[in-house]
Amino acid sequence: MLTITDLHATVGGTEILRGLTLSVGAGEVHAIMGPNGAGKSTLAYVLGGRPGYEVTGGSVRFNGQDLLALDPHERAAAGLFLGFQYPVEIPGVSNVQFLREALNAQRTARGEAPLSAGEFLKLAREKAALLRFDMEMLKRNVNVGFSGGEKKRAEMVQMGILDPQLAVLDETDSGLDIDALRIVGEGINAIMRRPDKAVLLITHYQRLLDYVEPDFVHVLANGRIVTTGGPELARQLEAEGYEAVAA
Amino acid sequence: MTGTARPTLRDEQWRYADGAVLERLAPERFDRWRDLALAPGETRRECFVLDGAEPELVRLRVSVGEGARCELFAVNAGHDYTRMEVAVRLARGAHFQFGGVTIGGGDAVREFVTRLDHAEPEATSEQVVRAVHWGSATGNFLGRIAVARGAQKTDAAQDFKGLLLERGATTNAKPELEIYADDVKCAHGAAIGQLDEAARFYMAARGIAPEAARRLLVRAFIGDAFAALGDDAEQERMMEAALTALGDRA
Repeated sequence: MLTITDLHATVGGTEILRGLTLSVGAGEVHAIMGPNGAGKSTLAYVLGGRPGYEVTGGSVRFNGQDLLALDPHERAAAGLFLGFQYPVEIPGVSNVQFLREALNAQRTARGEAPLSAGEFLKLAREKAALLRFDMEMLKRNVNVGFSGGEKKRAEMVQMGILDPQLAVLDETDSGLDIDALRIVGEGINAIMRRPDKAVLLITHYQRLLDYVEPDFVHVLANGRIVTTGGPELARQLEAEGYEAVAA
Repeated sequence: MTGTARPTLRDEQWRYADGAVLERLAPERFDRWRDLALAPGETRRECFVLDGAEPELVRLRVSVGEGARCELFAVNAGHDYTRMEVAVRLARGAHFQFGGVTIGGGDAVREFVTRLDHAEPEATSEQVVRAVHWGSATGNFLGRIAVARGAQKTDAAQDFKGLLLERGATTNAKPELEIYADDVKCAHGAAIGQLDEAARFYMAARGIAPEAARRLLVRAFIGDAFAALGDDAEQERMMEAALTALGDRA
């Protein structure tokens, strides 16, 4: 589904990704772990197409398409979902308005009929319930006044509504208390654990992986994947630290 | 201003106007005022959409009687110099509400100039102005509030925000307070910024194309100006009038 080959990227003139190669197949969950500054968030932003993150070499294929040739909104319509480490507040725009606009833009781009207001609300209610997210909060402005945990749960509701093929989740577990972590973990499983979908889970810690069991665990250091293993690698990292394992 | 003297940019109330247009217009144009008098206790609302191709001066003199309420809402999207000027006198316990949006590109100057005379005690006023510009356009808000001696318990609020979509566009905000009473509240704020890049990328990452994202963000930005407009259909009409101007964006 996703094939990253020898990817190089710079931010503000500094090379952060230095030859990253990674392949994610349908039905798989991959965890990317690594120390601060390794390039984890940069990888997420490069895949999402954030301005300022410049690809200087390599390629990314997504379902046979050249992902890097697409604009950010086209990547979303192609089935990519980027879960933000710091979800953005948008005063004056309600979640419902925002998500309906987003979903219908994606549907239109894929040649599907847009959802009516009623159809959309039904879908939103269903996905909010899955994440135990108060529907009233979806009527409020995007992320405005939400706690850290509420923002992350709202991201998962968005993911449920937009129904992507590939989710790249950048530290979705940060800022979550134990209960919220479980709810988010179960949400990821319910929405994305399907044979035709895949997840790239970027995280610092093992704890989210207790709920979302990865098929592969990669260690990212100095801008490239240095070690790959199964779920046991995450536990070993947690016990021994990055330096010992990735050295 | 007296007689038919043509204003110039040296006049404080005209300092950000389009000087070339001022020279071109017939002097008597500057002497045309429309008078609006609200009886005690009366409530009146008027909405203006100024989107013509010729220079336009809308000048209103409003007298708001005791306990009366006057609400004016305006979209200033003229394609040439367009100025809406409102001089208001507030009697005891009266309220004046103003919501204005200047929006547009090209090289036009669009402005709101308000002069509020809180002449008697306990009157309140609220003015919310938003300016959205691109190209080499200019949007101005000159808001003067005078609180007369003895006009205690005056509560006058003024809020201006400018959004510049491109380098080269300008907004000017000039709050002016003249207060001769001691038990009053006069809040004013002015801020000018650009579209939030983080919000734009967030929207793009969810599939919203740049044009649609800009429209959503501009809509959210100007919404405050019409928040006090109690009629939903009229509010939507004003929003659409402003967003139509956004569609002209090259």
